Amino acid sequence: MLMRLFDSDRAGSVMLTLLALLIAVVPVANLLVPPESSLHLSTYTVTLLGKYLCYAILAIALDLVWGYCGVLSLGHGAFFALGGYAMGMYLMRQIGERGVYGNPELPDFMVFLDWQALPWYWQGFDHFWFALVMVALVPGLLAFVFGWLAFRSRVTGVYLSIITQALTYALMLAFFRNEMGFGGNNGLTDFKDLLGFDLQAGSTRVALFVVSAVSLAVVYVSCRAIVNSRLGRAVVAIRDAEDRARFLGYRVHYFKLWVFTFSAVLAGIAGALYVPQVGIINPSEFQPLNSIELVIWVAIGGRGTLWGAAGGAVLVNYAKTSFTAVLPEVWLFALGGLFIVSTLLLPRGLAGLFKRSKDAS
Amino acid sequence: MDYRPVIVMRMFTLLVLVSLWVAVPVSAADDPDVSFASVLAPLNTRDFEAKSRAIAAISELKHERAGIVLQALLDGSLSSAKSTKRIVLVREIETGYEVEDAVTAAPLGMLKRTELKRVSVNNKLRRQLRELIAHRALGANDPVARRKAVEAMTDALDATGRALLIKLRSTESDDDVLHAVDIALAIADLESSSTEERNDAIDTLHGSLNPLARGRLAALVAADDTADDTRRAAASALTAIEQRVAFFEFLQVIFFGLSLGSVLVLAAIGLAITFGVMGVINMAHGELIMLGAYTTYVVQLLMPQHIDWSLLVAVPAAFMVAALVGIAIERGVIRFLYGRPLETLLATFGVSLVLQQAVRSIFSPLNRSVSTPSWMSGSIEINSVLSLTYNRLTIIIFTLVVFAALMAVLRYSRLGLEVRAVAQNRAMARAVGVRGSWVDAMTFGLGAGVAGVAGVALSQLTNVGPNLGQAYIVDSFMVVVFGGVGNLWGTLIAGMGLGVANKFLEPSAGAVMAKIVVLVFIIVFIQKRPRGMFPQRGRAVEN
Amino acid sequence: MKEPLLKRDRVYDFLAPVVIPEALLDTRHGPILYLEDITVTFDGFKALNNLNLTIGDGELRCIIGANGAGKTTMMDVITGRTRPDYGSAWFGSRINLLGMDEPAIAAAGIGRKFQKPTVFENLSVQGNLELAAAGNKGVWRMLSAPLSAEQRDAVNEVLSLVNLQAVAAHVAGTLSHGQKQWLEIGMLLMQRPRLLLLDEPVAGMTSAEIERTTELLLELAGTHSVVVVEHDMEFVRSIARRVTVLHEGSVLVEGKMQDIQNDPSVIEVYLGE
Repeated sequence: MLMRLFDSDRAGSVMLTLLALLIAVVPVANLLVPPESSLHLSTYTVTLLGKYLCYAILAIALDLVWGYCGVLSLGHGAFFALGGYAMGMYLMRQIGERGVYGNPELPDFMVFLDWQALPWYWQGFDHFWFALVMVALVPGLLAFVFGWLAFRSRVTGVYLSIITQALTYALMLAFFRNEMGFGGNNGLTDFKDLLGFDLQAGSTRVALFVVSAVSLAVVYVSCRAIVNSRLGRAVVAIRDAEDRARFLGYRVHYFKLWVFTFSAVLAGIAGALYVPQVGIINPSEFQPLNSIELVIWVAIGGRGTLWGAAGGAVLVNYAKTSFTAVLPEVWLFALGGLFIVSTLLLPRGLAGLFKRSKDAS
Repeated sequence: MDYRPVIVMRMFTLLVLVSLWVAVPVSAADDPDVSFASVLAPLNTRDFEAKSRAIAAISELKHERAGIVLQALLDGSLSSAKSTKRIVLVREIETGYEVEDAVTAAPLGMLKRTELKRVSVNNKLRRQLRELIAHRALGANDPVARRKAVEAMTDALDATGRALLIKLRSTESDDDVLHAVDIALAIADLESSSTEERNDAIDTLHGSLNPLARGRLAALVAADDTADDTRRAAASALTAIEQRVAFFEFLQVIFFGLSLGSVLVLAAIGLAITFGVMGVINMAHGELIMLGAYTTYVVQLLMPQHIDWSLLVAVPAAFMVAALVGIAIERGVIRFLYGRPLETLLATFGVSLVLQQAVRSIFSPLNRSVSTPSWMSGSIEINSVLSLTYNRLTIIIFTLVVFAALMAVLRYSRLGLEVRAVAQNRAMARAVGVRGSWVDAMTFGLGAGVAGVAGVALSQLTNVGPNLGQAYIVDSFMVVVFGGVGNLWGTLIAGMGLGVANKFLEPSAGAVMAKIVVLVFIIVFIQKRPRGMFPQRGRAVEN
Repeated sequence: MKEPLLKRDRVYDFLAPVVIPEALLDTRHGPILYLEDITVTFDGFKALNNLNLTIGDGELRCIIGANGAGKTTMMDVITGRTRPDYGSAWFGSRINLLGMDEPAIAAAGIGRKFQKPTVFENLSVQGNLELAAAGNKGVWRMLSAPLSAEQRDAVNEVLSLVNLQAVAAHVAGTLSHGQKQWLEIGMLLMQRPRLLLLDEPVAGMTSAEIERTTELLLELAGTHSVVVVEHDMEFVRSIARRVTVLHEGSVLVEGKMQDIQNDPSVIEVYLGE
């Protein structure tokens, strides 16, 4: 069954093989190869790779709604950030008495704000399982309610894009407020450990990387399965001719709602994997620029291919890391240029280029 | 029956005062400058009693410089030169202290800090000075100055001041001044021992917006020893005051709301053209606004001597700069993407990043300061609650002018006709000889130019920096979509409405929460009515 | 009495059991479609003005009229896209169309072909037909259940009926204009509809293709009720038994083609102005 899924998906197989290779090689190169060897992989690099993989999951999530369902969400960063906050809240609770103020019950920022008790919405986050449930539930629920309202009243196209952008913008403003109880401007940080493992330790970083890689593989396979099912074809049909599908008897808004919600959950998972690796989550993750940058990863990689989106995320972020290290002021020029070039010259992204050259040969 | 002696006392005081008024000029008649200088001399001592007498004497002189000297004494800019013991006026400038003679205003050149000794005053003297300055101002020619003087005296009106006010009332012709005098006397009468006077005073203060009146009446209501009917009258007067205050505060909020709304409308109206008329999503719209603001900055750099006139130059300059950049964007990027709105959105977002970074590289990532012309500072004070600041008023008027001009262009000009034709039916417009691509470029240029003009206005309100545009893009889209795409009137009403709503929410929810509430409201609203408040209807729109 | 909240299918419409349309559709009294006093207003403009129309079970009806006569708006009302200001619309004598949304109306047995042929361009011809196949079109069903053998057979049947077997595996976007029209009609047939609404089914077709379409429609009539909106008078003449002329949102005349052509009011509307 799984094999059948990849009969016609050569690129996907390549990607999964690559992931398997990374899972095998990275722990060895980091933990077993001595630091002085040229084959050694620094913990910094491992974390960086892990970060890219989280972005790849996020990109696949967006590709599912945009590439296949035609819903351009400019607010997917919000779901990513919400998943990240859910994980961050668990990590905050794990700090316990080791905070600056040494309060066993309250995180530092609440002590600073002179709060007396933990707010109700922080209850339960000392359990890992509860945090995991919230990682999926909070973004999923928000997407469900938002999508229910939007799709039912047939908000489409740019209107939808703009209100998703307004959504993430409103959330950003809200999370900046100290009164919200999510650490305001500074967000959540100074994490100590996850399930008892020290977050600064190299082995924990490698483990997080492996978990990210496995998650990426699972997300890819499940998205591929959805896309190849009759549901996937119905979704593409809705993207291409919404009215036709509706008059054939499809309740178009349920399909969009389902895909949108599922995609938001995936984005939340990506955020939850991201936060322990970078060690911080703050309201700037909600800023509209992040969400729209994510769109460009998918556009560059090639939307409607899943693997293209993942590749685009890694590629653009690698470019961003390299550029900002050497010529920080050039990065925005380059990113802006990428937006223009990819829409004008590469409407199907690098994946399209790849496919075309294959077709030609 | 104890008020008679009071009146007798007052009449006596009045008599003394009037006689002084008449007597003083006679004694100094021979040479005003000499007598002024001699009166000034005691200020050089450390004896505050002597100073107090000197101050009283100065105020009694009819010398033209007396007011200036008293004010300088209050401000602490009156000193004595150590070498000559002469009393001088000191003005601090960049290179040192510029000195002039207190009596003759003759310039005495520059002196060092150490060569001067400031004439010190204590709080008692300050009070005396303030009062005297106010008394003198009562005789000013300008009715506004007279009214201000009356208001300054209101707080602690003593018998002397009272007598002066009563005298003023008999000669005054200006209604505002008379009203101020009545209020001031009434406030003083609240403490009168006569019930009748008190009740009359309460009647006078009924609904007055004077903050003192409100406080004193409240105190009267709260006091234990107030008679019941007085308390009732005072309470009713207080209620009337509170109602009027609430009413004017309401007007004030509306005014603030309209000025915020004007900013929203200005920012959104260019977008309403490019998005509404052409169906193009221009994410670089915010950056075009930013370019307008930077143009203002550059114009002011080029004409530092004429800041007051700089905005008149900046408006057309900003329009041209933004319009040219807009046309370049349209020709270079957007025209390849017509009919693909999502791609247009992404490409123009790329343009916005490039423009932002360009500004960062050329100017600096830091905010630039743009000066406000002098004619835009200050305000019209309708009363103590409601005052309309000139800069907000200017923005509102400016917005309406821009809006009217835009409507006129779209309705009456050849370009407007062609724009509407292309917007309704591109193929048909082309068939009757409208050059579609030229109209597209011009429309886009027009929308962009208006964004630039909005930038000029915004430069007067917020910091001019590379992120200026980003802050307005989401708001602008909300306004356009809320008002109904393709409907400029909708944009105007939506912008003003959202501005006012925001300002009404702010006191109870805080500025950020107000913004969030408004955003959430719009998100829900669009889902209920996807085509905005004033939708275009018909089958053609559906398809 | 049962707790209404426990009956989740009453609360959430997406949990409601799928109604089998044949069981509800009742045409014992004759007409399959019954429109009464339908009025639709756009900004004061009356697109439909007290429209009354009855289509008999198994009838093939042509509807003609100038641009703006209300033909497309009428189809919008029947298929649930536009809600009329007032009036009533019944499918058979039991199904009230005005209370249903587009998918429900489609599931009840009304198929609609758009004026501009609309197919899923990125899917194969076969994929298009499979998507259109009658059956449960819920999200979970689509995700979990593959196509049934019965549906597969139906696809092959329709492929031969609309003469597209040769291109079954091709991507629909590569088809010619006429083939797309046929594919769309084929998709409607996959829904097993009782009433077909065809908006300009022969626009842009070669004369050979028109001939083939005429045959197809005549074949369908009888087992299906068919409403054709067309401008091509030749084509109308070749298939029509009864013709309805719409004018300014209401029925001007209705009758045999012969009578219509000689009707003075029709001549005035078409030629007079």
